[in-house]
Amino acid sequence: MATAENPKYKVIGTRPVRHDGADKVTGRAKYGADIKLSGMLYAATLRSPHAHAKIKSIDTSKAEALPGVRAIVTSADLPAQGDRIVELGEGAANMRHLTANVLAREKVLYKGHAIAAVAADNIHIAEEAIKLIEVVYELLPPVMDVRKAMAADAPILNDDIRTASVGSAPAAKDSKPTNIAKHFLFEKGDIAAGFAKADVIVEREFDTAMVHQGYIEPHNATALWNTDGKITVWMSTQGSFSARQQTAELLKVPISSVKVIPTEIGGGFGGKISVYFPPVAALLSKKSGRPVKLVMSRASVFEATGPTPGSHMKVKLGATKDGQLVAGEAWIAFEAGAYTGSPIGPACMCVFACYDLPNGRVEGFDVCVNKPRTNAYRAPGSTHVAFATETLVDEICEKIGMDAADFRIKNAAKEGVRRVDGPVYARIGMVETVEAIKNSDHYKTPLEGKYRGRGIASGFWFNCGLKSSASATVNPDGTVSLLEGSTDIGGSRVGIAMQLAETLGITAEEVIPTVGDTDSAGYCDVTGGSRVTFATGIAAIEAAKDIQRQLVERAAMIWEVDVAQISYRDGGVHGPDGKFLSFKEMAGKLHATGGAVIGRGTSSAATQGGAFGTHCVDVEVDPELGKVQILRYTAAQDCGTAIHPSYVEGQIQGGAVQGIGWALNEEYWYDERGEMRNATYLDYRIPTCYDVPMIDTIIVEVPDPQHPYGVRGVGEVPICPPPAAIANAIYAAVGVRMHDLPMSPPRLSAEILKKK
Amino acid sequence: MSGKRVVTLTVNGDRVEFLCEARQTLLEVLRNNLDLTGTKEGCSNGNCGACTVIMDGRPVVSCLVLAVEAEGSELRTIEGVARGSHLDEVQSAFLEGAALQCGICTPGFIVQTEALLEENPNPTEDDIRFYLAGNLCRCTGYDKIVRAVQAAAEARQVAAN
Repeated sequence: MATAENPKYKVIGTRPVRHDGADKVTGRAKYGADIKLSGMLYAATLRSPHAHAKIKSIDTSKAEALPGVRAIVTSADLPAQGDRIVELGEGAANMRHLTANVLAREKVLYKGHAIAAVAADNIHIAEEAIKLIEVVYELLPPVMDVRKAMAADAPILNDDIRTASVGSAPAAKDSKPTNIAKHFLFEKGDIAAGFAKADVIVEREFDTAMVHQGYIEPHNATALWNTDGKITVWMSTQGSFSARQQTAELLKVPISSVKVIPTEIGGGFGGKISVYFPPVAALLSKKSGRPVKLVMSRASVFEATGPTPGSHMKVKLGATKDGQLVAGEAWIAFEAGAYTGSPIGPACMCVFACYDLPNGRVEGFDVCVNKPRTNAYRAPGSTHVAFATETLVDEICEKIGMDAADFRIKNAAKEGVRRVDGPVYARIGMVETVEAIKNSDHYKTPLEGKYRGRGIASGFWFNCGLKSSASATVNPDGTVSLLEGSTDIGGSRVGIAMQLAETLGITAEEVIPTVGDTDSAGYCDVTGGSRVTFATGIAAIEAAKDIQRQLVERAAMIWEVDVAQISYRDGGVHGPDGKFLSFKEMAGKLHATGGAVIGRGTSSAATQGGAFGTHCVDVEVDPELGKVQILRYTAAQDCGTAIHPSYVEGQIQGGAVQGIGWALNEEYWYDERGEMRNATYLDYRIPTCYDVPMIDTIIVEVPDPQHPYGVRGVGEVPICPPPAAIANAIYAAVGVRMHDLPMSPPRLSAEILKKK
Repeated sequence: MSGKRVVTLTVNGDRVEFLCEARQTLLEVLRNNLDLTGTKEGCSNGNCGACTVIMDGRPVVSCLVLAVEAEGSELRTIEGVARGSHLDEVQSAFLEGAALQCGICTPGFIVQTEALLEENPNPTEDDIRFYLAGNLCRCTGYDKIVRAVQAAAEARQVAAN
């Protein structure tokens, strides 16, 4: 569904063809695995077959003797890190854990944990050599369940972890090693008094399985450690500056010794922020004197990169019979994986974020288990808790006999409301998204048929600001070359170029955007947090304003008048007595008036107002098989101002379908030995185009006053509502409440049988 | 491993010869020996469709074809879809319809769509979804891809009439 073009703007709200489009539909675009350098070696990685074990010894001598093998590295080649915490742009990392995750040191903590890597003349020799490395393990019992890992007698993964208290959580009582890395507690109001006012209280326990981002392009890195000590890395990454910093910290070299050249990137969704291969490829290059390429296998992408946690949650909500929420309580435990760092913090902040909740208490735990170290995945932590809260809201609505949209409108968070964890909302569009669904053709059309049901659910994501920069050079033909450092996962180049074009009064096609490397572009934080169109957009707008200022100065020189008499508007400079020169005319005079005009812009302090979405879904359940068919899907989302509506819709549609996969199919399926038994696309089963219908979108525009054009990030929040919306629809269809994800055929048919 | 084999075939209309090991897949040879890196590797076990090429008129996942099996075949890859410097209807429809985000699956989808429209110039939405179900996209939710295929089919029909 298209939005009307935005009448306030000339470029914003239009749908130009993306600048990198021709390369991407002809196969010319260069992704990480497409890099080929002269003399390049190919490398393979040895990975642990065990989920939890001590490494007693590693013998690489037979592998070294294989003809064609040029270098081998193990953790012994990576510098020791000690206890260092390093800020990496979108969160901090413990360097001791980060280096042990890149190449295991004393222990392996999950099946697939990297142990060694071999560079050889071709990939086949490297893979043969891997099999010749002899590792002696001492097996330890794996801990695969978050609740078991929290038990006092649980096997401990990391002997350096003690529970850190966050918010108002009490300090840990003893100083013994534990799997509970963090304990969060947020409180607001008086929870006992709140529940005392409730006419209806629902409390349920929820379990969700670990799931993966599932980007189609596996991780990769090609590195050259040159004889001058400079390291160049070609890789697909969500943040070239973060990758540079992680690589430099892991190798203990200055950041200026590392240059990251970001290639095109084949999806990330949060999973391509953490570094796995660059330091390994760099060390292999140093040892061999040749460039070295590493490309991950699909199985290793599943087993050994950063999925999002499985969870166990207990959530309780109370409301009055006229539909006023009065209190909420949540207890949330997340599987951090091998090392601390799950998105439990955001989960605690998001669990009641859609509502104006007067009394709340949220407790959260970050727990190590023998699974891969988790990473960000699209609105990290928010989908889990939306599943819990939004299904409870549905149950309350049923008990008090209130329409689910009306209940949400009545209790929606709005400007001035304080979240349980503290912050007070700026202007947000939660109410508007629910109203958009309530007024949609979808919601107003009755759903008929046996075993069919409709559900709605809402979701929240903060969106972040962080640091961005851009520079823009005016070309004599009236175009602008835009250079920025935010790697482009889903079309952000065109969205940023459009904001520059709007500010200068030129067309999107007259801007030529380039994503630069770490030696050419100014610093940009990671492409994550739904921040790039917002923050790098602001940087591009600032760069355009800088160009405007310089062109005003040039015009003052040309017309021999004071700069105060000149202004830049409507695509050109206006002077006294109706004098006007268009941008293109000014560009043509560049060389005659002093040479290059280069604008620069940065953004840093900005935070965003927050994104909300409400989805509506119709399903049909096969009561024998427990299979759920999505019949119709509509997603409404507050996008602030849609810069390029097609790519806004695309983010909403893609997020919704990822959420549908999470709801119905996707899960890490481990056996008792801690081995993932479904580490292929066929068995993990992300949605195909045959599984889903068209995804209708309703773009709601409540401009964020913190951005000059009102942009709100759109990328993440659309993944949050689908599991709950589908669970609510399943209940409407067959009368069973689902509390576990995924709601796969075996789980759903078991619940249907129980009810019978 | 010894015993390299010479394989002769036609790639995008050109006669091509390469030397390969028996264990090398067609995908590996396309990318590494022939530098045709538009064909992408997503899984190496036939699940994702990113490496789809048209072999003797039939779409195949090149990661499940051994390079030696390509002897004498006629191959069309993403690099052979555009007509000279002009995009074909499928490529244009993907661009105009914003049917790609990260773009890694796009070559596979475009090649598979070429095969679909060759077999069935006027597919229904269900035909399209069934034929493309072996191609995974994690970014778009498929909505705009399906619409782009519909638009391409229509454009080709208009051009033919």
